[in-house]
Amino acid sequence: MALNDVISGLNTLATDQQKLADFAAELAKLAQGIGNQGTVSAGHGFFITGLTVFILACFVGYYVVWRVTPALHSPLMAVTNAVSSVIIVGALLAAGPLEMTSSKVMGLVAVGLASINIFGGFIVTGRMLAMYKKKANAKEKAKK
Amino acid sequence: MNEAVSLSYLISGVCFILALRGLASPETARHGNLFGIFGMALAIVTTLFLVEISSFGWIALAIGVGGGIGALVARKIHMTALPQLVAAFHSLVGLAAVLVASAAFLNPSAYGIGQVGGIHLSSLVEMGLGVAIGAITFTGSLVAFAKLQGLVSGKPLVFNFQHQFNLALGILIVLSIIVLVLTQASFAYWTVVAASLMLGFLLILPIGGADMPVVISMLNSYSGWAAAATGFTLENPLLIITGALVGASGAILSYIMCKGMNRSIFNVILGGFGSDGSTAAASASNDRPVKAGSADDAAFILKNASSVVIVPGYGMAVAQAQHALREMADILKKEGVTVRYAIHPVAGRMPGHMNVLLAEANVPYDDVLELEEINRDFGQTDVAFVIGANDVTNPAAHNDPKSPIYGMPVLDVEKAKTVLFVKRSLASGYAGVENELFYRDNTMMLFGDAKVMCENIVKALEA
Repeated sequence: MALNDVISGLNTLATDQQKLADFAAELAKLAQGIGNQGTVSAGHGFFITGLTVFILACFVGYYVVWRVTPALHSPLMAVTNAVSSVIIVGALLAAGPLEMTSSKVMGLVAVGLASINIFGGFIVTGRMLAMYKKKANAKEKAKK
Repeated sequence: MNEAVSLSYLISGVCFILALRGLASPETARHGNLFGIFGMALAIVTTLFLVEISSFGWIALAIGVGGGIGALVARKIHMTALPQLVAAFHSLVGLAAVLVASAAFLNPSAYGIGQVGGIHLSSLVEMGLGVAIGAITFTGSLVAFAKLQGLVSGKPLVFNFQHQFNLALGILIVLSIIVLVLTQASFAYWTVVAASLMLGFLLILPIGGADMPVVISMLNSYSGWAAAATGFTLENPLLIITGALVGASGAILSYIMCKGMNRSIFNVILGGFGSDGSTAAASASNDRPVKAGSADDAAFILKNASSVVIVPGYGMAVAQAQHALREMADILKKEGVTVRYAIHPVAGRMPGHMNVLLAEANVPYDDVLELEEINRDFGQTDVAFVIGANDVTNPAAHNDPKSPIYGMPVLDVEKAKTVLFVKRSLASGYAGVENELFYRDNTMMLFGDAKVMCENIVKALEA
């Protein structure tokens, strides 16, 4: 009899424990949800910040690029191309973790591609710019 | 992101602005380029050492291999191959944007934008846009590269229901992005990628060779917007600033190029220019007499002129005639002839293409003038020496409302006392329009390869 009591007592304990565990899990989910909401609203906050930065940068770009002399439009394309490879920052974050995952492989490939662009873009821009000479300079060069 | 990181990203952004600002004149441009390099180095070092990165070996390898290839290509490339190089570089930016967005989709926690299947909504929207623009840039630039490199025909390729098909693809991309945002489903993500890759390919395929300045500028702009969208996804202000700068730059260049052809951007994108109707009119008047001359005749005319304006075009780039041309100009200058160069905004295959080639041949940049600067001077010019250009000198743009190029700003070479045309044949230019200048009394055609012709004129001048 006593044994049976113990067993049934243990059983109720086990179901109670299960209930408690479920409740805890639910709580955890809720907490995560709240946490997510927090970050979502933070993300939303960033969106407005990002948009501010974006629009202002568009204006800066507009005024700066209109002042570029047409003779230098080719170097402009080459240098903007090099500069847009700043996307390498995102690639580095993907390639960062130690674990070799598909996301890391993609990150590494992107790092490689962006590096081609960065080195290639800046070097070819430098080569182009080195060729532009004023009249006096060009004559000096010819004399040498 | 801690404050040190934000601060150095800000400095990088400012450096990039200064890099573009420097291009206002060739004098300041070289410093500008150094600013750009510094900004990029700072951004990379900051990310490597201030953000949690633990796998340095592989990253060093990727940068080493990529950087090595880039440096090698950039040092070896001929300046005439510049347009295809730029197109190839654009495609790499596009592909990198696709890879970064995909990496973020597969492993969002690395960027702090949620978990797999639980990515923040705003990040998903931007991710979808970023990957779509990146993919279009990638395949579009590949096609542009293939066309410029001559791997596929530069002629516009048109097929039935092309625009309808592209429109359908565009709608599919938008719908997939919506499904992606609502369900986080990976099939929706990959549909966006696949449809965008295809759209980029199909968008550029029908655009012809001489529209390449617009296409390249447009793709330049796209690569910027792709970077900006990635910046929004990853909540990274540096990417947003840089993307906006590049995007604005490409957009302005596209606008300038379109204006140079008196066409709207839609007209260019919809493509097929030069393949419609105008060929019939061209063949009708082929029997008219032209005055053809030899290198000796040209040398005589040039030597006796007091002012010469050289109008280079894509033909000069193809023949690599810029060095021989400069040699010719040098001899003329020694004889006391004023020699200047007139550049049409859309001459060549990319913005500023002719300026770079002339600079390569040591032509001082203050001798090289833009259309608005020199167009009024043609009336006082003795000889206009047109080498490898055609449509950009066609007076039909002024006086033939039926012509496809009517309204396009052109160099008024016909106002010069004599016009010398170096051309391989009487064939019409890219626009498929007959150039009536060929048949005028004050025009002399110099048939032959641009480079050989210049060399022969040099010989005749020296004799």
